[in-house]
Amino acid sequence: MSAVIKVENLSKAYQLGEIGTGTLSRDLERSWAKLRGKEDPFLKIGEVNDRAVKGESDVVWSLKDINFEIEQGAAVGIIGRNGAGKSTLLKILSRVTSPTTGTAKLKGRIASLLEVGTGFHPELSGRENIYLNGAILGMRKAEIKQKFDEIVDFSGVERYIDTPVKRYSSGMYVRLAFAVAAHLESEIMIVDEVLAVGDAEFQKKCLGKMGDVSKGEGRTVLFVSHNLTAITRLCSSSMLLRNGLLIEHDVTHKIITNYLSIDEISTSFMQWESGKAPGNGVARILSAGVFNEKYEVYEYIDIRKPVIIKMEYEVLIDDVKLTHAFVFHNEHGIRLFDSHDVNSDWKSNSARKKGRYTAEMLIPGNFFSEGKIKISPAVITSDPFELHAYAEDSISFLVKDSLEGDSARGEYAGSYGGVIRPMFSWQADFIG
Amino acid sequence: MSEISQEDWDIELTPANNMLDLKLKDIWHYRDLLVLLVRRDFVSFYKQTILGPLWFFIQPLFTTLIYTFVFGNLAAIPTDGLPQPLFYLAGITAWNYFSDCLGKTSSVFVSNAGLFGKVYFPRLIVPLSIVASNLIRFAVQMALFVLMMIFYWVKGASFHPNAYLLLFPLLLVLMAMLGLGLGMIISAMTTKYRDLTFLISFGIQLMMYLTTVIYPLSTVKAKYPKYQWLVEYNPMTSIIEAFRYGFLGQGTFTILSLGITTVITTFILLIGIVIFNRVERNFIDTV
Repeated sequence: MSAVIKVENLSKAYQLGEIGTGTLSRDLERSWAKLRGKEDPFLKIGEVNDRAVKGESDVVWSLKDINFEIEQGAAVGIIGRNGAGKSTLLKILSRVTSPTTGTAKLKGRIASLLEVGTGFHPELSGRENIYLNGAILGMRKAEIKQKFDEIVDFSGVERYIDTPVKRYSSGMYVRLAFAVAAHLESEIMIVDEVLAVGDAEFQKKCLGKMGDVSKGEGRTVLFVSHNLTAITRLCSSSMLLRNGLLIEHDVTHKIITNYLSIDEISTSFMQWESGKAPGNGVARILSAGVFNEKYEVYEYIDIRKPVIIKMEYEVLIDDVKLTHAFVFHNEHGIRLFDSHDVNSDWKSNSARKKGRYTAEMLIPGNFFSEGKIKISPAVITSDPFELHAYAEDSISFLVKDSLEGDSARGEYAGSYGGVIRPMFSWQADFIG
Repeated sequence: MSEISQEDWDIELTPANNMLDLKLKDIWHYRDLLVLLVRRDFVSFYKQTILGPLWFFIQPLFTTLIYTFVFGNLAAIPTDGLPQPLFYLAGITAWNYFSDCLGKTSSVFVSNAGLFGKVYFPRLIVPLSIVASNLIRFAVQMALFVLMMIFYWVKGASFHPNAYLLLFPLLLVLMAMLGLGLGMIISAMTTKYRDLTFLISFGIQLMMYLTTVIYPLSTVKAKYPKYQWLVEYNPMTSIIEAFRYGFLGQGTFTILSLGITTVITTFILLIGIVIFNRVERNFIDTV
C-alpha cells in the first residue's frame, strides 16, 4: 500500500480578535517585512493554541508542525477536544483554506463533507439539488445522471424528489445531502462531524456506507467525530490532536484511551485529600477506582471483559456495624443497580473496629451496555438504615462494544438499546 | 510500492501558489457546475413570483420612462437627435449588464462565504456564472430594446442601424470583462475591509453619471471641453457610444478609443483574476 496523503510540517496561524480596525497598518507592516524577505513579524509571536488560557499574542497556531502519512484504503479517525485543530486540518486538506507553512500532498480526487447539503438551494427541487450539489462536489453531469437512481434510493426520499427542498424536514434534507456526497467517486473522503443529524437508522446507514467505502472500495476515509463509538467502529487507526499539536497517531483504542485519560478529566480513579474525604464522623471514603483484571486503572473497557471496582475507606470509631456498597448509574442518569457486600464476615451487621479497609467487587464481562457508567461508592448501616459516606458519581468508565461478533450484539452493527447488555444462552430447534 | 509512485502526487497544498496559475484545467472540469449555477440563478429568480421573467422588462421600461421625463424633458439634455426613449434604453440596457456583473461579482466572496468555507471548487466559476446568468437578463432586455426600435421604425423616427452592429459581440465581451475584472478586484478587497461594500452600490451609480448613459459624449465635448477626459477615458463610455452608433447610427467613437478600451479592459481583467486567485486561498480566515 502506498501513501495517499502526506503532510509535512503543516501549520496554520489564525489571528484572534476583531479583524478590521488596525488591520490596514498591520497589513502594511507585514507586506513591508515580506518585501524585504523577512519572516512575517506577526507569526513569530504566535503561541500554542489553548483556548482556555488567556494568551499574550493575537496570533495563535491552530495547527503546528503536523506530520503524518496515510495509506490508501485506511480509515483514520481524528480525535481531540474542541479547538484542538481537527476542523482546521480537514479544511486545509479539503482545500478550503491554505496552510501558513508546510505542505500537504494528496493523491486522487477528494470528496470533502465538512457540512452536508452545502450549496443546496431551498427553492430548487430535490432532483435539481442533487445535480447542483453533485457538481459543487466535483461530479460531472453525466456521472450524476448515471448514479441518480442509486442516490435517490439511498436517501429514501423518492416521493419528495420533485418538491423544493425548503419543504423537506431537516432529516430528509440531510439524507439527500449525504446520499449525494456518498456516491461521489473519489479516492479520499473527508468527513467532519456530519452524522450528528439524522435518525439512528440513517446514521447506521451512513456509517455502513463509510465502512464500505474504506474497506470494500479501497478508498481512504478521514473522519472527525466526538462520537467515540463511531470512531472505534469505523477507524482502525486514529490521530489525537491537542492544542494544534499532533500528539499520537496509532491504533484507535490506544488513542481513545489516551484521549480519555488526559483530555477528558480523568475520573476512573479518585483519591480524596484527608480534609475533603466524603463521610460523617463514623466513616470516610478515601479512594475509589475502576480497574481491569490486572489491576490497572481503566477507563475504557471492552464489553466482554470483567471490571473490578475498588474502594478504600476509613472507620473512625470502634464497634460500629456497617458495610460498603456501590451505586451504578448510566450516562442518562438511570440507576442501573445497587450492590453491597453480603458475605457473612462483612455484611452490614458485622461490627468493625477502627481503621482502614478496602473492598472490591468484580463485575463479569457481557453485562453492562455500551456507554458511560457512573459509580457512587458508599458506606452504610442497613438496620436502621444510615448513610455514613457517599461520593455521588465520583468515578466513571466507558464501555465499548465489540464488533467482532462475539458479544451480545453479535453481527448487528446498528444502535442497540437497553440499559444492560447481558449474554444469555439460547436454545433453538427446527421442529417442523 | 515504488519510489516513483510515491512522489507522484496529484495535489500539493502549499502556503503560496504561482500567481499566474489560472487553473484553467480545473475550471474546465467544473464547467457543468457553471451551467447549473446559471440555471439556479435563473430559476430561483422568478420562483414564487406571478410575473416571473417579466420583471426583467419592467425595470428598464420604467427607468426609461423616468429618464425621459427627468433628463429628457425637465433638464432637456440633448440626445444626439435620437428619440429620447430609444436613446435612454440603449444606454440603460448596456449599462445594466455591466453594472449587474460588477455589483454581483464584487460581493461574490462575502455572499458565498458559506459555500466557499465548506467545499473546494475553482472559485472563478462563481463570477463566471454571474456574468453568464446576467447574459440571460441582458438578452431579454435586448429584446425589449429591439421591440422599441421596431416601434419607432414604424412610427418613422430617424435612426440608422449600420455595419458597426457587427461590433456588438465584441462590446458584449468587453462589458463582461470589465464588470468581471473590476468586480473581482473589489471582491478581493471586501473580504477584509467591508467598507468597500458600502462604496460599491453608490460607486456604480456615480460611475453611471460619468458614462454616456443619460447624455451623449458629443454634448460633453461641446459644453465642457475641460472635463471631457473624465467621461472619455471611462472605458464604458466608448462601449456605450459604439453600441448606440451601431444600433441607432448616432454616437461619438473611434476605432482607436475602442482599441484603448480593449487594452484597458484586458489589463483590468488580468489583474482581477490574479488578485482573485490570490485571495481565494485564504479569504475564509478573514471574511
